[in-house]
Order: sequence, then C-alpha cells, then structure tokens
Amino acid sequence: MNNKDLLNLIDITVSFEGFLALNKLNLNLKKGELRAVIGPNGAGKTTFLDVITGKVKPTNGEVIFKGKSLVGRKEHKIARLGVGRKFQSPRIFENLTVKENLEISVTTPKSPLNLINKSIKDEQLNEIERLMKIVNLAQKADSKAGSLSHGQKQWLEIAMLVGQKPDLMLVDEPVAGLTDEETDLTADLLKSLSGENTVVVIDHDMEFIRRLNSNVSVLNQGTVLCEGTMETIQKDQKVIDVYLGRPED
Amino acid sequence: MSISKIKFDKKIVLSFWIILIALIIAAPTLLPVFRLNLLGRYLSLSIVALGVDLIWGYTGLLSLGQGIFFALGGYCAAMYLQITSSSEFPNNIPEFFALYGVEKLPFFWEPFRSPVFTFFAIWVIPALVAGLIGFLVFRNRIKGVYFSILTQASLLVFFNFFNGQQKLINGTNGLKTDVTQLLGQMVGSESMQRIFFWITAILVIAAWFFAKWVVKGRFGNILIGIRDDEPRVRFTGYNPVIFKTIIFSIAGGLAGISGALYTVQSGIVSPQFMTVPFSIEMVIWVAVGGRGTLLGAILGAVFINYAKSLVSEALPASWMFIQGGLFILVVTALPEGVLGWIQGDGPRNLLQRFGLKRKIETYPSLEINNKEGNNE
Repeated sequence: MNNKDLLNLIDITVSFEGFLALNKLNLNLKKGELRAVIGPNGAGKTTFLDVITGKVKPTNGEVIFKGKSLVGRKEHKIARLGVGRKFQSPRIFENLTVKENLEISVTTPKSPLNLINKSIKDEQLNEIERLMKIVNLAQKADSKAGSLSHGQKQWLEIAMLVGQKPDLMLVDEPVAGLTDEETDLTADLLKSLSGENTVVVIDHDMEFIRRLNSNVSVLNQGTVLCEGTMETIQKDQKVIDVYLGRPED
Repeated sequence: MSISKIKFDKKIVLSFWIILIALIIAAPTLLPVFRLNLLGRYLSLSIVALGVDLIWGYTGLLSLGQGIFFALGGYCAAMYLQITSSSEFPNNIPEFFALYGVEKLPFFWEPFRSPVFTFFAIWVIPALVAGLIGFLVFRNRIKGVYFSILTQASLLVFFNFFNGQQKLINGTNGLKTDVTQLLGQMVGSESMQRIFFWITAILVIAAWFFAKWVVKGRFGNILIGIRDDEPRVRFTGYNPVIFKTIIFSIAGGLAGISGALYTVQSGIVSPQFMTVPFSIEMVIWVAVGGRGTLLGAILGAVFINYAKSLVSEALPASWMFIQGGLFILVVTALPEGVLGWIQGDGPRNLLQRFGLKRKIETYPSLEINNKEGNNE
C-alpha cells in the first residue's frame, strides 16, 4: 500500500452462508490505471464489485479508497465519494430519454432540494452534449432509452458512468452482446478514459482484454490467482489450468 | 412519439381541460344542490388520488393506507369547526363530550381553536405522519408488496385507535361538521356548500399543477428511476430514502387537504374514512384513470365516484360488482389505465384491429427517428 494507490482491497472475505465468494482477496489499484479482471464463472468477479460499491458487506477485510474505508458505507455515499459502476446487463432508465438519463448522472449535488428548485447548469448541459457525441447518441437525445439497441444501451450506460465523473470506474462486461466493431470502439473509449480516471474492466472476452493492453488480474475461487500483463498471465501455468486452457468455443 | 401524436395528445388534454373548467363554472347553476355537493366531494377525492398517483404511478410505492392521512386532515378540519361552534354547550366544549362525562377539553384540541393553526394542521400533520411512517419503512428498505402490507396494517392500527377513543374524538360516531358554524353561517347550508365547491375546484387545479411541478424535470425523473430500478439510483449517488420520504409526505399532505374538503362537504368525519376498502378504492381510481398521468387520477376519482352514486341509486348493492369488474378489466385489458391507453397506442391499435386504419409498415422507432430528425 502506498500513497499513489487509489484503492486497496485487503484480505477481503465474503461468505454467503458458508460459501466463500471471496477468500482473502488482495488487490491494489494505482491512480490512472486501467486494470482488467478476468476469471471463470463463479470466481467472484461480480461480488468483488459488490464489495467495493457497498452492495455487499465483506465478512472480513478492509476496502480503502482515497485513504478512507468504504466498509459499512451506504451505496450512494460510496458513489458520491467517486466510485462509479456499470452493470453487466445495461441498467439504464428505460422510461426516460437518453438526455434525461445523462442528466441524472451529471447532476451535482444530488440532493432533492437541488433537483426540484434549480434548473440544470449550463456546464452540465454542455457535458451531456459532449457525452452524447462521444457515444454517438446525439440524434437519440429525446428518444426513450428503452427504444435503443443493445449496443446503444451499453454505451449510454458507459456515458452515464463517465458523466458521474468518478475517480474509479468499475465496468462489468461492457462488450457483452456487442458487435466486433462496437467492441473495438468500446475498448478505445475505455483506454482513452484511463490516465485521467482509474478504470477496472471485468470481462470474459479475451480479444477485448488483449486490446485493452493493460495489466490483468485473474480471479479464481474468490482470490487473485495471478497478476501481470496479458503475455505473462498467458504463460502462467496456474492460469492455463483454471481458465485459458479450457477449450474456447 | 411521433409529431402527429403529440399534437393529438395536446388536443385531448386541452379539450379535457376546457370541458372540465366549463363544467366547474357552470356546475352551481346547472346542478341541483344535492348533485353539486356530490361533485364537490368527488373533486376533493381527486386530490388524494393525485397523491396516490405521485407515490404509486411515479415512484412505484403502492400504499394501501392513504386513508390515514385523508382522515387526519378531516379530523383537523372537524375539530376546528366543532370547537369554534361549541359556545352554547356545557363547559363550552363540543356537545359529544357531555355524553361521556368529559368536562375538560383534551389538551390536543386546544390549538384547534386557532384558524391559522388549523389551516396548516390540515396538511402539515398528515404530511409529517406520512413522512415519519415513510422514513422508518424506507430506511429499512422495505418495498414492494411488504410496503403495501405495512401501510394497510398501519391503516388498521389508526382505524382501531380512532374507533375506540370516545372520550377524545367521539370514537366510532365521528365528528359532525354540517351543523357547525363557520363565519357566521352553517357549514351544511346551501351557500356554504357552494363556496366549498368552488374552493375544492380551485384546489384540485392547484394540486394538479403542484403535482405536475413535482414530477417535471430531474426530481420527477429520479422518482421514475426509483420505480424502475432503485439500486441503480443508489449507485448513481442518490439516496432513494430521502426522495421516497419526501414524495410519500407530499402524498400525505395532499390526502389531508382532500380529507378536510371531503369532510366539510359530507358533513362528518369518522373512522369510516380509515376502512380498508376505501383506501383500496383510491388505488382503483388511479389504476382505472391511468397511472403516472396525474390527469387520469383526477378523472378516475371523479368519474368512478359519480358512476358509483348513479349506479347505487338505480341498482343498490350492485356497485361492488361493477367496481370489481372495472378493476379486473383495467388490469387485464388496459394496464396503463384509460388515459394511459388513449395516450399510448391504444386507439390506433383498436382501429387497426377493425381494419379502419392501415398498419404502419416500418418499425415505430425508425419512423420516430425520421420525423424527429427533420423537425430539429
């Protein structure tokens, strides 16, 4: 642990009635880092995100974000501290328009009084315009988010994540169900976000992870099996055994 | 939504409003006093329905306990009227106290001597009670059907409490208001009732605009967000507990105003306002009118209640079957309610079914894009 770290997970254990979803997991993230997390089904990838975002309280261990402990804090407080999350299947507000979805994410402060009293700030409107251009949804601004295609929904959720201006972005399977072209664009988008932001990407898609060209952490049975560049982990015998060695279909 | 439909919607909304305002203006001259009074009562019920639409239609909180707040508002108004009209009774306290040998006014009646206090109490007390109940429930993340059951249980607690307190609030008999005096006139008199009708009509419109203001913009969008995906709202940095408490409190305040207006026009407030079926009826008005439309809540409350009184006069005892049938019809055939059906694709689909209108050939979304693209 050092000062450059944005996030430290220390000996995180999560037990669901005896089943260890996470088992003494340790993971450190530097500021500005792009990190991919892979692992077979049931390795604890989503639980790992749940612990950071406050959805699941760890049975044991400590989560330190920007020098503060996140354990026991409510989800919305953690979000306000600067942790943003994109869910596995796109979770956007389908009955609101694209623009309204983004308004919800860029609005600060997120208090009822601010929302009911004041109209949205100009700079926030500009930010929404900018985000819609980045993810190619400017023409859809006033369409219901529910009418978007799957790929557009994924991108809208990524745009909402960026609009929240989090220091740490947790991105769960951003390319599930996307076309190859969309996958490439998403990889470029995520790469361009790192540096200024710290990004954690969880995915199964090896091509996509390779394209991110980042450090990779391999999870297995609730703990970090191995960390390193794609080349290193591909040569690691343990990783090959549990994950890469399985025939791909 | 395509451009032509937006215009169509606007026309419908506008014509409804013109008709409604014309009816309100003309009602006292057109309707006999008895009917006018009924209409006034139903209009006041539409205010509680607006609250139900805010919490259920927009925020997804199905409360089966709005009768609590409705009755509280009614009791506040009735206590004021009773106490200011009690000068000729023994001990200068309301007449019913003598029946139970009470000689001293219970302490909580005292503030209701003040018209200003009563004016605020009518909506602030129900709003505070709703806020407190809401906060405790929402903080513990109780939602869905458990929330509904809890609100219904609270309703029963209040009902039993009010029913049993003869010495405090005349228990099951309730408090009569029609023979009390307000500004030197009998509350139940024809001229007073006409004034109450106007006040009610104005307040319905005011409540409608207020509700529209609440749901417009980002605050309303958060409510819809909470309804559709509450955890997502949390992870975006909003605290749903506060938003839900506020909207539940607003609905409680509206219910209080509604209850007070209903009380002065029906002449009595009693624990009957807190019976289980009455609170469920409130939900039915909104379901039939159209959830999440606001106007649907008003129309649902007025029309269903008017139909209820007409049907009950013609065929006593058959109303419950009709109401039940109506509810089943709406749930199965028109899940968006009547107004939601009209505003959606309902009429077009119906015309298509009878071959009176051509089916659209492209995907609706494609058509939308072109039209919106050209327009902007």
